[in-house]
Amino acid sequence: MKWFTAWRRRPWAGYAVVLAALAIIGVAYAGVSSGADRAQASDTKASAQDVAKGKELFNQQCSSCHGANAQGTRNAPSLIGVGAASVDFQVSTGRMPAANYTGAQIPRKKRTLNDEQTRQLAAYIASLGGGPPVPSGDQVDPANGDSALGGKLFRANCAQCHNFAGSGGALTGGKYAPPLDKATPTQIYEAMLTGPQAMPVFNDTTVTPAQKRAIIAYVTQTRTEPNPGGSGLGRIGPVAEGLAGWLFGIGLMVVAAMWLTARKPSKKTRND
Amino acid sequence: MTDNNENSDAPLDEEGRVPKRVIGTPPPVGTQELLPRKEPGEGSSGYVLDEKKARSAERVAAAFFTLTFLAGIAFIVFYAVWPGHVGNIHRAARSNYTLGTALTLVFVGLAVGMTIWVRHLVTTKEIVQERHAISSTPEDRETFNKYFQEGTQESGLIQRRLLRRTLLLAAAPLGLLPLVLLRDLGPLPEKKLRHTAWKNGTRLVVDGTGQPLKAADFNSPGGIITVVPEGAENDLDEIATAAVLLLNLPVDKLKIKKGRENWNVGGIVAYSKICTHVGCPAALYEQTTHHILCPCHQSTFDALNSAKVIFGPAARPLPQLPISVDSEGYLIATSDFKEPVGPSFWERGRPKA
Repeated sequence: MKWFTAWRRRPWAGYAVVLAALAIIGVAYAGVSSGADRAQASDTKASAQDVAKGKELFNQQCSSCHGANAQGTRNAPSLIGVGAASVDFQVSTGRMPAANYTGAQIPRKKRTLNDEQTRQLAAYIASLGGGPPVPSGDQVDPANGDSALGGKLFRANCAQCHNFAGSGGALTGGKYAPPLDKATPTQIYEAMLTGPQAMPVFNDTTVTPAQKRAIIAYVTQTRTEPNPGGSGLGRIGPVAEGLAGWLFGIGLMVVAAMWLTARKPSKKTRND
Repeated sequence: MTDNNENSDAPLDEEGRVPKRVIGTPPPVGTQELLPRKEPGEGSSGYVLDEKKARSAERVAAAFFTLTFLAGIAFIVFYAVWPGHVGNIHRAARSNYTLGTALTLVFVGLAVGMTIWVRHLVTTKEIVQERHAISSTPEDRETFNKYFQEGTQESGLIQRRLLRRTLLLAAAPLGLLPLVLLRDLGPLPEKKLRHTAWKNGTRLVVDGTGQPLKAADFNSPGGIITVVPEGAENDLDEIATAAVLLLNLPVDKLKIKKGRENWNVGGIVAYSKICTHVGCPAALYEQTTHHILCPCHQSTFDALNSAKVIFGPAARPLPQLPISVDSEGYLIATSDFKEPVGPSFWERGRPKA
């Protein structure tokens, strides 16, 4: 430990420790935020051919967990009656096929099935027992939505979990409400309609399709809002701002104070 | 310690100086010192500047002062050219950036320049300033004691026991008077904390749109929506206490408390949205576990079991609003909440306050 004691006594050791701590925190923060893919669903008429191809895909990709006839097993729920909207949401966000994921909840990831395959799979599941269809392009067009109304509804019913700017948040037992920055308008609509995982359901008779479109308009417009105060810090509110202020602001002030009060290195008194 | 205040009684070291000691650090006993002790400046001649280094330090400090000058000019220019109060929010953002950056440079330049000046160009000699005991001189203390003793003797406070005791008695209620006055500091909250805008027959309307809700429309399992009393949907003071989280729960899993058999409509239940801990909106409902989480302090309520607290600091379950349907099929409240909503307050448990 002698080398450490010697190192510790160097004049720059204090600065090095503070700066290293700041750097570690910065890297850790950068590691938390990660990127993912983007997906867009299409909606066209389901033909018998699509259903047949979808069944084939289902047998290959899904049946090991959801059962040979989508009736559900111990590991996965029944898919009868969940509808095309649910399939499109789960597959286009890459959540399904989940491939033996063992966390608190299944995360958004790079999708493995393309638009065509997703449509076929959705057609097959819809043929088993109906359920909500994939919304049309007009139903989810943010340009036609009333974002002021959407903001009201979002703050009353969505913001508690997804944050006022759609940045997501923590739930119980390791579950979380995902950030909405990568969700497409179609996926937002489908999520409200079907309630994936822990999310509650907002059916069309409670929150009408026009109101859903308003919420989509609010969510998508919020992404493009400028941050007049500088960095948005993930828009997760005063916690991030306080953390940045305390760690970085006060860290820099500590370094400055150390520099101000440091003894002037003088060679003149070295003769003792 | 002596009472000698003419000279400090701290032990002098061999060089005749009082050892310096920073408050909060252990005293320098023997060789156990935190920092190697530096000698003060050579004798009383002060620190001699290396003229070459001083010249370069002067130049650096001057450069920072020039930066301050330029940034000050830039601030005025930015303010004149890009005023933030005209145009849209983007212009305001740009104005904030430019003005903030310029002002930062003004102060940083000034501070850094002055620090370099002080650290590299000021020649000060270190001096030792002796500290003296704070206590008064023994003569002063002696005199004060004498006068005090004489005064008490002359006043008769010692001999006149009755007088002394009645004086103490007279003073006692005086200390209690402010406590009594505390009662009248501001109006009492009356019954506002006990009642909300809900009453028998009030329709549940969706917060944000004001549309009434039919039980048949709110029919998806795992559904939630925030509702407020009809007629008060735009009154923020009323909504602050009357906001309700409406849930569609699986009726077969619902554990209905005795006396609450008629409070739900086929699995549709209504709980106060205001956490019983400190009043945050508790509405993070997970349809997989049927838990309602409050984001502020992680109080968790079991929606299936009368919103019983299963985790966190909340003291009571979320109050449940008794609901039913009217003749047109719309969801209505059948009464107000049966208990005060929100956090505890002093008189909460008092039956008829």
